[in-house]
Amino acid sequence: MAAVHIAPNIEPRADAGKPVPKAEARRLSFYYGAFRALKDLDLVVHENRVTALIGPSGCGKSTFLRCFNRMHDLYPGNRYEGEIRLYPDDTNLLAAGVDPIEVRMRLSMVFQKPNPFPKSIFENVAYGLRVRGERSRRVLGDKVEEALNGAALWSEVKDRLDDLAFNLSGGQQQRLCIARALATDPEILLFDEPTSALDPIATASIEELITDLKKKVTILIVTHNMQQAARVSDYTAYMYLGELIEVGRTDELFIKPKNKQTEDYITGRFG
Amino acid sequence: MASVSGEVTSVLQPASQNARLARRRSRFIREKAIESVLFLAALVSVFTTLGIVYILVAESVVFFEQVSLWDFLTDNQWTPLFDDAHFGILVLLSGTLTSSAVALIIAIPLGTVIAIYLSEFAPFSIREIAKPFLELLGGVPTIIYGYFALLFVTPLLQWFYPALPGFNLLSAGIVMGIMIIPYVASISEDAMRAVPMNLREGSYAMGATRFQTATRVVVPAAISGIASAYILGISRAVGETMILAVAAGMQPNLTFNPLEPAATITAFIVQVALGDLPHGSIGYQTIFAAGLTLMLFTLACNIAGHMLRKSFREAY
Repeated sequence: MAAVHIAPNIEPRADAGKPVPKAEARRLSFYYGAFRALKDLDLVVHENRVTALIGPSGCGKSTFLRCFNRMHDLYPGNRYEGEIRLYPDDTNLLAAGVDPIEVRMRLSMVFQKPNPFPKSIFENVAYGLRVRGERSRRVLGDKVEEALNGAALWSEVKDRLDDLAFNLSGGQQQRLCIARALATDPEILLFDEPTSALDPIATASIEELITDLKKKVTILIVTHNMQQAARVSDYTAYMYLGELIEVGRTDELFIKPKNKQTEDYITGRFG
Repeated sequence: MASVSGEVTSVLQPASQNARLARRRSRFIREKAIESVLFLAALVSVFTTLGIVYILVAESVVFFEQVSLWDFLTDNQWTPLFDDAHFGILVLLSGTLTSSAVALIIAIPLGTVIAIYLSEFAPFSIREIAKPFLELLGGVPTIIYGYFALLFVTPLLQWFYPALPGFNLLSAGIVMGIMIIPYVASISEDAMRAVPMNLREGSYAMGATRFQTATRVVVPAAISGIASAYILGISRAVGETMILAVAAGMQPNLTFNPLEPAATITAFIVQVALGDLPHGSIGYQTIFAAGLTLMLFTLACNIAGHMLRKSFREAY
């Protein structure tokens, strides 16, 4: 019998170590005019983990995501209440004195529909750096290559960086948008249903990419697709009608949800 | 074998099927009739254009039987009504180009800036007030602009530069520019507003400011529409008549100096058309040659605009 010897006081695996909070929503409410779209949400987003927001259409998951980079500030009549704290510096992203542009410099976003700019592939990825005043051709070149590598697109486009981004396929365009978001070294990447406009093969490559990216960056993803949440995320939050119903580790939440509503949703009895 | 299948079809053709075929035939005829009516409607515009071109070309041919094309293009005098007649179109073209250049120097930058402001910066309430005013500006009759140039702008300019003659291309050009601003601004603004919101959001999400988003994303995305606005502005400037006839003087003058008075192609046509020159005289014939020149010029602009649009086609 080859009995496996187990050291008596072995430490748990290092990468499974205690997760560190990267951002935290505290009693966050959001109003579109008089309509209260989010109600007292509390959520911790852990560093180098993927947190998925799931829930039926209209539950406020995209609205919640867009609070993190203050996208709601672009439209009149929107109002936040509560806080979103960004660590380690413990800044309240929603504070009146905080410039939304500063917030967006730290958190990048990838949208539902690929939205490359009417520019070359290179200039699309370089956009965030140029906006930040970077002029050096060498720095831009290095960063663009790094970002395109990070988005698993470099080998496909390295010979045609000056082509218009519209000439890429839908999946490539979405990876280009991920590269664009990565180029500025964001602390958190926000994904708003990034694969809902893509075919299954392109979806698989984006999911693989997300799993890969969490080594470098914290990820918060909104998804319509529960299988996707189960495949890519470490934590899942279930939302319904602007409220956060249940948050937990993905493996636990999907196997034995504590809340009846969550269970109904993930088993397909509802939604 | 073919004969067998032929027999089979003829056997399997009952009366009812013939009736169905007949109904199809009548429907076919009706469809054809509708199609022809629509085709004729479309043809009206084509024939109008062709008719204009035909008249211009046919009358110009009469003109060019008496004046060589070479003289027309190279002579540096335009004196068709004198005994010693010269027909150098460059003289009129210089007036047209100079006044148009002044107008476009005003209209293109201002129109673009106004469009960017209205589309990207102005709050809803301001846009709702500003746009009708802008469109009103485009609806003012050009004769009023002409007297505005002659009686207000010229004296104003003379206050700064007393040597300015009462009729001059500068004043007419400036006012023509003001007249064209609404066209440039309105069409450019429509083009920018048609840029989908998700492109703007993409830019803002990267930490861009409003100004960066407007100039680096929205304007490039709307460039084909903005280019059409410019082309339309150029066509308007080149074809504008009244302001120039009133404020720039009617004397032909080969000059590119906007401080001088000069006749443009259009102003000359007005002058001759209003005069009592007999039909068929060479003086009368000149207006067709001048008109043809103008038409070729605007045609060239439109073709350039079309090519520009194709090469910058939006693909978002």
